[in-house]
Amino acid sequence: MPFPPNRTVTDVSELITGERLSHLRELEAESIHIIREVAAEFEHPVMLYSIGKDSSVMLRLALKAFHPAPLPFPLMHIDTTWKFREMITFRDRMAEEYGLTMHVQTNEEARQAGVTPFSEGSNRYTKIMKTQALLQGLARHRFDAAFGGARRDEEKSRAKERVYSFRDRFGQWDPKHQRPELWNLYNGQLGPGESIRAFPLSNWTELDVWLYIHLENIPIVPLYFAKERPIVERDGSWIMVDDDRLPLEQGEEPVMRMCRFRTLGCYPLTGAMPSTATTVPEIIAEMLTTRFSERQSRVIDHDAEGSMELKKREGYF
Amino acid sequence: MGAHTMETMTEAQAAELLRDHERKELLRFVTVGSVDDGKSTLIGRLLHDTDGVYEDQLAAVRKASRMEGSEIDFSLITDGLKAEREQGITIDVAYRYFTTARRKFIIADTPGHVQYTRNMATGASTADVAIILLDARLGVLPQSRRHAWITSMLGIRHLAVAVNKMDLVDYEQATYARHEAEFRAFADDLDFEAVTFFPISAVKGDNVVEPGGRTPWYEGPSILEFLETVPIPRREEGSFRFPVQTVLRPNLNYRGFAGQVASGVVREGAKVVALPQRTEAVVAGIDLYGETIAEARAPLSVTLRLDREVDVSRGDMIVPADDVPEVRRQFDAMVVWLSEKAHDPNKTYLLKHTSRFVRARIPKVSWSLDMNTLAQAEVEHLSLNDIGRVRVESHQPLYTDPYRVNRRTGAFIVIDSMTNNTVGAGMILERGAERSLEDDAAATGARREVSPAERRELLGHGGAVVWLTGLPASGKSTIAFALERGLFDRGTLAHVLDPDDFAAPDGSATPTSPSPEAVAQMARAVADAGGIAIVSFVSPDADERDAARAIVGAKRFVEVHVATAEKVCRTRDARGLWDGVAAGTLAGVPGVDAPYVDPPSPALTVDTAGQRRDEIVRALCDLLAQRGVLAQG
Repeated sequence: MPFPPNRTVTDVSELITGERLSHLRELEAESIHIIREVAAEFEHPVMLYSIGKDSSVMLRLALKAFHPAPLPFPLMHIDTTWKFREMITFRDRMAEEYGLTMHVQTNEEARQAGVTPFSEGSNRYTKIMKTQALLQGLARHRFDAAFGGARRDEEKSRAKERVYSFRDRFGQWDPKHQRPELWNLYNGQLGPGESIRAFPLSNWTELDVWLYIHLENIPIVPLYFAKERPIVERDGSWIMVDDDRLPLEQGEEPVMRMCRFRTLGCYPLTGAMPSTATTVPEIIAEMLTTRFSERQSRVIDHDAEGSMELKKREGYF
Repeated sequence: MGAHTMETMTEAQAAELLRDHERKELLRFVTVGSVDDGKSTLIGRLLHDTDGVYEDQLAAVRKASRMEGSEIDFSLITDGLKAEREQGITIDVAYRYFTTARRKFIIADTPGHVQYTRNMATGASTADVAIILLDARLGVLPQSRRHAWITSMLGIRHLAVAVNKMDLVDYEQATYARHEAEFRAFADDLDFEAVTFFPISAVKGDNVVEPGGRTPWYEGPSILEFLETVPIPRREEGSFRFPVQTVLRPNLNYRGFAGQVASGVVREGAKVVALPQRTEAVVAGIDLYGETIAEARAPLSVTLRLDREVDVSRGDMIVPADDVPEVRRQFDAMVVWLSEKAHDPNKTYLLKHTSRFVRARIPKVSWSLDMNTLAQAEVEHLSLNDIGRVRVESHQPLYTDPYRVNRRTGAFIVIDSMTNNTVGAGMILERGAERSLEDDAAATGARREVSPAERRELLGHGGAVVWLTGLPASGKSTIAFALERGLFDRGTLAHVLDPDDFAAPDGSATPTSPSPEAVAQMARAVADAGGIAIVSFVSPDADERDAARAIVGAKRFVEVHVATAEKVCRTRDARGLWDGVAAGTLAGVPGVDAPYVDPPSPALTVDTAGQRRDEIVRALCDLLAQRGVLAQG
C-alpha cells in the first residue's frame, strides 16, 4: 500500500523540536489514539466513509494510525444513488489507490420502490435512504463499532456527543443515557447487539479540517473547488444539475455559475455557494471571512428546530 | 479572526495567515457555575465576540430569543438538546470551540446543578484551566466551594473566578473585593498554582473580551486575555510513559508498538523496560507515520520499535529502565461515583486504566466528602455524585503514578461489569500506609497472570498461614490435623506442615531441625497458592516467629499459642524428650532445658487440656472468618 510522501523532513523536525505541538498536531495525536483504541477494543469495526472532506481527513488519520500495516478494518459508503458523480469516481479512486476494502450499501428495496429526493420530503428521504441503509449495512456485516467523521462544532445537538457514542440494539441514540466520558479513557464494553459510533474528529472544527488538508496535502473531491457549474436556483439554494434525473420545473433553465460546495451529499439536496476559491488556501481565506455555518447548505437541517437530534435518535450518523 | 477578504489579501499575507493558524496552541478549559450564574451567557458572549458564531446560527438564536420575549439571549447559542431547552436547564457536558490568533480553545461547558457533580468531573478531567462563575449579588455559595474543590481534585492548577452580573451591583468594587476575599480564604487550602479574579458582566460584555469599560478600578486582563496567556501544562515534562495500544506487525521484518506518549519524552537509543515482563530493551526507532524521528514527546501518537524481540501486547507499558512507575495491586484513590446504582464493596468491577482493563474490588471507603461542609464523613459505600477516598484491590497489577503527578497514568474509570456502564472515575493517591506485601509480591512477581483475588474467587477463600506454636507434646499436631480435616470438610483447601515431615534422615526427631525461615517459606507458598497452611512447630523464639510473620505477611499470618501446661505435656511425652534430657542423651529441648518464649500477643491461645478438640477447631475457623480468610458463617 503506497503511503503518500507528502511531508517534508522540515515539517517533522519542526514538529518535534518546536516549542510545543501545534493545535493541529495535538488534535491529530488525539484522533489517532481514538482510532487505535476502537480498532483494538472491538471485534468488527468499520469506517463510515462519506467521501467528503471530513472523511478524507479521517481516512488519512486512520492510515497514519496503523502505518506501515494496512487498515485493520473496512470502509463502508452509504450510497443513496443520488450522490454527485464526481464523488463516486473519487471514492473508487481512493479505494484503488490505498488498497481499501470498500463496502457500498444502498437501501435497494426502497430504491426499487421508487424513493427519490423528489418523491419524499427531505426528512423522510434521509431516514429511508441514509439512516435505514446505514442500519442495514451495520447489521449485514455485524459491525459493532462504526467510525464517523462528525464534529461537535457542526450542530448544537452534536456538542454533547461522546467520542464513543453508545447505540442500543436498534442502533438508536438516547441522549439521556450516554456514558460519562472522562480523560481519554473510553468505555467500549457492549452487551449483545449493542454498538457504538466513534467520532475521532469530535474536537476538530471546520477550520481545523481545512488547515489539516492543506498541511497534509490530502486529496479531496474537486467539487470543493470553485468552477463553472450548471445551476438552477430553488428556494434560495443553488442546485447543480449533475445528471438528467433532476426534474426541471416549468421555466427552469440551468445557468453556468462559478461556485463550489462547502459540504457534499445528495446533489438535489446540496446547495452550492458562489465562490472563486480554486485552491485550499483560498478556501481557507474564504472561510475565515464567511459568516454562514456549513450546515446551512444542507437542506435536511432546515426542516425543523432540533431536526438533527431527531435523526440521531433514530440512528442517523 | 482576520477581517481580510480574498480581494485585499496578497498571496504572502495568505501564506502568513495559514502559518499562524497552523502554529496555534490548544487550550482546553472548563466552565463551572451554579444555576443562573450566567455561564451559558458568558460562553455565548465569548463565542460571539470572537466570531465563533455564524450568521445563520445567530439568526436562529434571534428567532428563539423573540419567542422567549427578551432581546438577544447569548445563552441560546450554547443550549443544545431539545429536552434540556424545554426544561430550561443544561443537563450534560457540551463542548464548544473558538479560536483567536494565538490559540484554539475547547470549552467543556458543564452544568452546575447540585446533582450533576459527575458532569463537572467529566468536563474538568480533560481541562487545563477552569472558570468558576459567581453571581455578584449572591457571592460565594456552598456550590462554589464544592466546584473549587472538585476542580482542584481533578488536577486543574489554574483557576479563574469570574464574578458575574457586576452590572446588577452597580459595578461596586467593594462587593467584588468581598467575594474575592471570601473565595481566597478557602481556595488557598486547595491545590491551585494560581487563582485569578475577574469582575465581569457577561450580558453587557464587561471584561469578557475587552478589559476596562465600567470597572475603571480593575486593572487586570479580560477573561479572553487571560485565556490567551495562561500557561498550558507541558505534558512532556514528566516521566516517560507509553501505554501500548496495539502491536503493528505488517510483515516479519517489522514489529512496532503503537500508542500515545502519555507523558515525558523518549529518544532513539533510550534504555527502556516493558511492563509487566520487565524485559530491558533499547528503543531502536520511533516511527511517526512513515517518518523516523529522533524523539517523541507527549502527547504525540507514535510507534516504537525495540532492538530485540520482546513479548509486549496491548495494555503493557513501555517506560524508562531507570524510572519505572509503581506496580500496584492495592492502592488508595479518590473516586467520584457516577451512577444511580450505589457502589457495592463486595462487587467485582472492571477498571480501565491507560489501555488496560482489570477486574477489581473497592472493598473500603475511608471517607466520603460531605458536600455541604466539605468535611470527611464516614460511609459504607459511595452513592451517585459522592466523592470519596477508597481502597482499590485489583486482580492484576497496575503501573501507576499518583494522579497529582501524572493525569494519564494516575486516572482510571470504573465499569459495572453487569450493565457495562461507566459508574466511577478514580484518581490514584500517593502510596501511603496501604503499601502491602501483596504489592511487593506484585512488583517482584509481576509475571504472574493469576492474581490472589482470582484464586480467592476460584477457591472461595483466601490464603493464610495458621502458625501453631507451643511446647513439645502440647498437642499442636493433633490440633493441626483436626483443623485440616475440619477445613477440608467445609470445602477449604488446607495443608498441614509438620516438622516431623522434615525430620532428619537418621530418624532423629529433634523438633528444632528445620529453620523457621524454611518452614515459613513453605507455608507462604501454600498461602500464595490460595490454600491455608497449618504449621505445627514448636518455634520457641519470638524473633524467629516475627521473621516468619514477615515472610508470610502480617495480614495472613495467624499466630496461635498452644498453651497446654508444661506438666500436662510432660505426661504426654511420647518421644521421651523429658526423659532424654534427664538422662543426658538430649539437650537443647525448648521448654525442657532450653528457653521457650511465650508469644506476647497471639491471635488465639488454646489449651488442649482444658478445651475439646472440636471447640478449638471451631474457634480457629471463627478466627479465620473474622480475618476475612474464610467466608462468614
